[in-house]
Amino acid sequence: MNEPVVNESVQRMIPQRSQGSFRRLAGSWETLLIFIAVAIFFINVQASPYFLDPWNLSDATFNFTEKAMIAFAMALLIVSGEIDLSVASIIALASTAMGFALQLGADTPLLVLVGLGTGLLCGAFNGLLVASLGLPSIVVTIGTLSLFRGIAYIVLGDQAYSGYPDSFAFFGQGYVWWVITFEMVLFAVAALVFGLLLHRTGFGRAVYAIGNNPTAALFSGIRVPRVKFLLFLMTGVMAGVAAVCLTSRLGSTRPSIAFGWELEIVTMVVLGGVNILGGAGTIPGVVLAAIIMGMVTFGFGLLNVPGIVMSIFIGLLLILVIALPKVLAAAAARLK
Amino acid sequence: MKTTRRLWLAAAVSAGLIASGSAQAEDVRIALVVKALGIGFFEAAAKGAEEAAAELGDVEIIYTGPTDTTAEGQIEVINSLIAQRVDAIAISANDPDALVPALKKAQDRGIKVISWDSGVGAEGRSLHLNPSSNPLIGNMIIKLAADHLPDGGEVAVLSATTTSTNQNIWIEEMNKVMGDYPGIEVVSTVYGDDLADKSYREAQGLMTSHPNLAAIIAPTSVGIVAAAQAVSDAGKAGEVNVTGLGLPSEMAGHIESGASKSFAIWNPIDLGYSATMIAYELVKGAEATAGGTISMGRMGELTLDDALEGAMADPFVYDASNIDDFKDIF
Repeated sequence: MNEPVVNESVQRMIPQRSQGSFRRLAGSWETLLIFIAVAIFFINVQASPYFLDPWNLSDATFNFTEKAMIAFAMALLIVSGEIDLSVASIIALASTAMGFALQLGADTPLLVLVGLGTGLLCGAFNGLLVASLGLPSIVVTIGTLSLFRGIAYIVLGDQAYSGYPDSFAFFGQGYVWWVITFEMVLFAVAALVFGLLLHRTGFGRAVYAIGNNPTAALFSGIRVPRVKFLLFLMTGVMAGVAAVCLTSRLGSTRPSIAFGWELEIVTMVVLGGVNILGGAGTIPGVVLAAIIMGMVTFGFGLLNVPGIVMSIFIGLLLILVIALPKVLAAAAARLK
Repeated sequence: MKTTRRLWLAAAVSAGLIASGSAQAEDVRIALVVKALGIGFFEAAAKGAEEAAAELGDVEIIYTGPTDTTAEGQIEVINSLIAQRVDAIAISANDPDALVPALKKAQDRGIKVISWDSGVGAEGRSLHLNPSSNPLIGNMIIKLAADHLPDGGEVAVLSATTTSTNQNIWIEEMNKVMGDYPGIEVVSTVYGDDLADKSYREAQGLMTSHPNLAAIIAPTSVGIVAAAQAVSDAGKAGEVNVTGLGLPSEMAGHIESGASKSFAIWNPIDLGYSATMIAYELVKGAEATAGGTISMGRMGELTLDDALEGAMADPFVYDASNIDDFKDIF
């Protein structure tokens, strides 16, 4: 690791830090996450004899793959300065729509289409409200968080849809090769697609530009509302993908499905180094954060540590992550 | 960067320290998985499981569950139990359908699975342990009234709604065994719709229209509290005995005032004890077959029906002698 050159403007704490020292900070951020991941891996190996088993590790990936698929799209959204808190409710509504289609005799391909389509529509609804009407996304999606799950509750009440066809089970329970699950493949593909989109395309540059300064982005010719709309659309579709996987894994639909996931997904994104104020963050960071959260959950689970301790640990990790850049910047300023 | 690294190392190492546990390899490891941690009813069940473990000697109980009552949380718990290769899982399920794939996987990997309290689909478990059964409940509610009426007397039933499946079945079962309780006459059945105020008024009405009423049987936790309150308010505590099915925490005051001499509900300690005993028997080679029996230690034997479900025991009777032990539990 190179030592940073200190004569650049470290004291600027606005998200506009896409060059110079920030690039190195971002570089070292992922290095840091890799280090944490390796450390947690070895601690887990030490702590439990059951950790280092291919099948156990394979099972453990279900802890984070579905959430991470949404987290990738959410990362782009947060980089652009917006947020979608309705994602877990989109899962509930998409899963309910699939169950409803099942009652009407839909087969597996149609069920998948219904799931993805519902996600797309929900994303479009959020996107329209935010991009066209210019409403703040945090308020809009707190509203749709209640709305989407509310519809699922009205349709299902205390009932459940079950009896999904055997071929549908592949998405959430199937293996592609040996211990490699279909969800792992989806996770990798989604990481690659969103990584390329954010880091290697003009669209990705536009996302960073909007997150740093929407007004400047608009005046430099970026169609800000359109980009935002597309980002909500993508997040909705990824929630639809997660809904297909989760419904397939559970083999049934209840309106409480994926309850509370939105906070875990946002946690994953922020832990991955994405600035909650927008303008900065990388997909590799989110991938690492997802793996770290998955390993921590599984490692604690193997030792039968109560879930609340895991929550405390993740909470502390998150606070540490947000506080660290500020603390470092203050330290650097003092050294100067 | 160095400071950063040290910080992370410290965090990681402390996580490792928290996480150091121990397990004896020879013991039969039985996981008691509950709907969520921190619920009195389930803490009491865990106490029962530990009692069974102490009696058996070579059993380690893993008492666990998610933080919220979600199926997804329980699946994560089940996955980590599969990974630990526990010998048996005894689960009170948050969802009868969604847990089936995960529990099937557990069974495929050689883990014995039973459900208790709240069941899961038949493919997901070897057997389901119900705390009681409809005939046992039907018999218990009339017995509770009759035990305090050696010379017979008039009793009335305060039920939930006219369409409440459980209550209707219990009343039907009660009517079947009325011949065993000579001198006891059911003079009326009224419905409080499981609303406190309506149940209260119906109970008042019963006392007015039947001046010789000796007992009110309310096989619903809402009705029994409302009826006991109505009896207290009418100054008839000790004269009209309110009984049926209720929760110790809600009924403690009425037991004290004498409006209710006794009532019944499942005992969570016995339930955890029995679930552990059954899981142990299955690990040691017992088979769950339709019509077969499995030992439950001090609770006797569990007889399985065609759906591989069984009833543990009569509902447990709570009265002045034991209410204080249970009122803080559930």
